[in-house]
Amino acid sequence: MKLSILSLSIFAAISFTTATALSTPESDTEVAARKAALDLAGAFSNEGFKMRDGHWSGTIKPKEHALIAVNLYAGNQYWFSVGATDLAKKIAVNVYDETGKLVQTEGYNEGEKAAAGFSPTSSGQYYVLVDLVEGNESSVCLVYSYK
Amino acid sequence: MRRVRQFFALTFLLGCCVVIGAEPARLPADQLAKAIRNDAISIPTPGELFAALEKPGKPNWVGQMRGPIGTTYKNRPQIALNLGSLIADGFIAVEAKDSQQVKNIGTDIIKLAKALGVSENVLSRGNSINEFAENDEWDALQEELEATQNEVKSSMQSHRDQDLIILVSVGGWIRGTQAVSAAVMQNYDERAAKVLRQPALVSFIESKLNDISPDMRDEPLIKEVSGELPGIEKLVTFPAGKAPSADDVRKVNEAVGKVMSRIQAKDAK
Repeated sequence: MKLSILSLSIFAAISFTTATALSTPESDTEVAARKAALDLAGAFSNEGFKMRDGHWSGTIKPKEHALIAVNLYAGNQYWFSVGATDLAKKIAVNVYDETGKLVQTEGYNEGEKAAAGFSPTSSGQYYVLVDLVEGNESSVCLVYSYK
Repeated sequence: MRRVRQFFALTFLLGCCVVIGAEPARLPADQLAKAIRNDAISIPTPGELFAALEKPGKPNWVGQMRGPIGTTYKNRPQIALNLGSLIADGFIAVEAKDSQQVKNIGTDIIKLAKALGVSENVLSRGNSINEFAENDEWDALQEELEATQNEVKSSMQSHRDQDLIILVSVGGWIRGTQAVSAAVMQNYDERAAKVLRQPALVSFIESKLNDISPDMRDEPLIKEVSGELPGIEKLVTFPAGKAPSADDVRKVNEAVGKVMSRIQAKDAK
């Protein structure tokens, strides 16, 4: 059952990729970054996390970062998964609360993939900071899962 | 001696930085203001809201379902707002595990989507919703509803109907908040009530509505919805970590209920 849900999630994500591609063509590197992010987020589906059918994609240069605002609910658990192309050797994901304070998260890091997970105690706006720690300019993609 | 103490203090601070990594412990306000915000990732889905509401205990989802709404609106912004609210209704019916209601809502979603001239891809989603509902595949249904919403928005983007995208999100958020606040009112629980705190989200929606074309912004219904949002933003601004009281929740429910009534009214211009 879990496998079928995971397959469906990936199918839905790819379907949406196709639909989005009709309006804004994505480059090969953006598609690769998205695949890396979805692969990583897929692992959390086995633990009952639902993948949000939405994403942010962009390009990050060395030592630069992207800051993305998300709105979260107290009570849910979240994992933010980031994938990049293999030009990125190390990326980092951190979460900040609405006042800009760093939030304690569980982390996962494997070269061009990284994730951060936590359970907010207050509903509201949070910020996900994606850093290119090592490597060259790369396409990155952020997706998130919740349960 | 004083210098020795300063040296140790500095060494301790540097040690702390290594422990928490290279990231700054606090981001400055100007950097937060420049953060990327977009519809696809900054506006939560009804599914996320409902998942959080369920943590303290299963709410009375059946009691939050509403009767059928009209599907013959002529005004495109009104159709988009109602389409978003119907998708939220779909999530409510899934939570209530009412397969017939899911199928009815799926049919209405397709009717409104057709009225907006969205792509065939979206229309085929109606068949999938029916099939999953027949087989009580609730997780798959929730994903299908989310995918339908995204496909509607994607189709709007490709048809240069960019302004309608935010209206679908607004309709979904208002209907979701109406259902959640009603559920909390029926069985008040501080943990459940905390999900209503979303001032930044309402502020983002307000800014997106300010960005739509002047013609659409001047539509009476859009003016009315936009006019109510600053008041709603105040009502969902509670101190971080503090739960709103039962009376606060009632006020939120009344405010979003008023907007929802206008959105689904047949005579809205």
